[in-house]
Amino acid sequence: MLQLVDVKGRPALAFAGLVIVAVALAVLPFVLTGIGTFWVRITNLAILYCLLALGLNIVVGFAGLLDLGYIAFYAVGAYVYAMLASPHFGLHLPFWIILPIGAAVACVFGVLLGAPTLKLRGDYLAIVTLGFGEIIRIFLNNLSQPINITSGPQGIARIDPFRIGTFDFSRTSSILGLTFTGPMKYYYLLLVVLLVVIAINLRLQDSRIGRAWEAIREDEVAARAMGINTRNMKLLAFAMGASFGGISGGMFSAIQGFISPESFILVESIMVLSMVVLGGMGNVWGVVIGAVLLSFAPELLREWVGPVQQAVFGRTLLDPEVIRMLLFGLALVLMMLFRPAGILPSALRKRELETRRTAG
Amino acid sequence: MAAESTTLLAAEGIGKRFGGVQALSEVGFTIRRGEIYGLIGPNGAGKTTLFNVLTGIYAPDGGSFTFDGRPLMGLKPNEVAARGIARTFQNIRLFGNLSALENVMVGRHVRTRTGVWGAISRHRRARDEEAGIQRRAVDLLEYVGVAPRAMDLAKNLPYGFQRRLEIARALATDPKLLALDEPAAGMNATETASLEALLHNIRRDGTTILLIEHDMKLVMGVCDRVLVLDYGRRIAEGPAAAVQKDPAVISAYLGGDVSLNLKGA
Repeated sequence: MLQLVDVKGRPALAFAGLVIVAVALAVLPFVLTGIGTFWVRITNLAILYCLLALGLNIVVGFAGLLDLGYIAFYAVGAYVYAMLASPHFGLHLPFWIILPIGAAVACVFGVLLGAPTLKLRGDYLAIVTLGFGEIIRIFLNNLSQPINITSGPQGIARIDPFRIGTFDFSRTSSILGLTFTGPMKYYYLLLVVLLVVIAINLRLQDSRIGRAWEAIREDEVAARAMGINTRNMKLLAFAMGASFGGISGGMFSAIQGFISPESFILVESIMVLSMVVLGGMGNVWGVVIGAVLLSFAPELLREWVGPVQQAVFGRTLLDPEVIRMLLFGLALVLMMLFRPAGILPSALRKRELETRRTAG
Repeated sequence: MAAESTTLLAAEGIGKRFGGVQALSEVGFTIRRGEIYGLIGPNGAGKTTLFNVLTGIYAPDGGSFTFDGRPLMGLKPNEVAARGIARTFQNIRLFGNLSALENVMVGRHVRTRTGVWGAISRHRRARDEEAGIQRRAVDLLEYVGVAPRAMDLAKNLPYGFQRRLEIARALATDPKLLALDEPAAGMNATETASLEALLHNIRRDGTTILLIEHDMKLVMGVCDRVLVLDYGRRIAEGPAAAVQKDPAVISAYLGGDVSLNLKGA
């Protein structure tokens, strides 16, 4: 599955690797809980960022459409969930009904953004999508009057957690003698969703649809001349990317229990885009690694910057908050200098060929 | 389907103006099934513009195309490709970061149907179709002689291979008419000779070819008939050998009245 190690022709090795990864992922929340429940929450957020980055990867990595307002779809998904499962409107629909609705609404917004921008590329598309992201946020901020729809800057609180029957994802429960806290339950749920989304991304990329997207990314004129309906394919990319954003947003809403427009600012869009670019545009595993690194790096720096300064200088010279972003920026610059194509550049897909090696 | 006539493409009164430049005026011609039809003319004569109008990249100001018995007007480039006209580009336009094989596989897009659900679920029909796409692409790479480099990124291929790969990609759309825009540009004599052989093979296998080319040796070697454009006008048409001796053609290529110019010089 992973191309990091050549396991072709060594199925036993591949299987062993898979088992190790699976076991590690399964026990991870228990280990993290040992350090502090806080870290399980951070991990959950990291997985949410992975989902977002994978959704954006369809638009930016596969189809080559630079989208700077992607967080808007996350916001749409989050608000749809919040409005349909909170005391705000008094609605409490179950999550398995709301998540598809959120995905569908985000999908509609994706097409709404995509349709007028079909002829735009590069910088121009970036500006329009950036504007779109801001418009959505400003709407959320102001749609409290004359009818209160979004509750404005105060946000929506007491959002329902995921519940199946009496099984509540936000409460601690013990199963088979093991204690599962709320964040741990969400971790397993998010992990399953992440694996599904990774599988969808991988399969899409290596298919007729994925090739059409990549052809558009490489040369739109040639792609059209080869019979690809670039309009439909671009709209499809926007719609699919937006749907993934909508689903992630719904899960974010449920996990946090509170959302406000503050969570969907431009920096978030840029963060998700950085994850895609840093990891390696168009490479699914690279994007996942990029998202995990960029989610954890700020938290780790927050933890270490103070103590390291204490140890070296005997006192804290620079405020952790300040130096954290400085180091973060430096890391990004170095990364782009030394590995401009990302951590795992979009690799050539190896195919099994039954080519007769004809001479000449 | 109606009985196949011998005419594959008929153009009538095609005109195209860019601001003050009349790039094409009243151009008409017919291409017969199974022939190699040459399109020549000095630089700026309007050859590539004619290609772009034909393939739907530009909308003509006037005139009409009839392709395979049906009108071919107001169609988008992808619809033109679906109707059976595939083209290559004067300045090679491959999908650089895809492998040679994938470039050709993209060409199969218009003749295949798998959608999002098929791509994600990989049901039997989608898998069969995907296998068929790959098989066909490999065959085409062998046909044009790029198979040994099938897994290389298109951008890393040598120039001659890129030209041939573009032809393979166009052939993957199952065209009735293959339109080649200066396929021999930048090729050395050996590469041109093997291109000539390839063109003969493509025609033999049933695809009609429209060829823009500056290499007169190649044009004379492969083309059944030739259309000559100058300043957007048709100045001659006919068998290659006859066109070559046409005084209007000679003067278009050498500039003004030949004898007068010689005296003046």
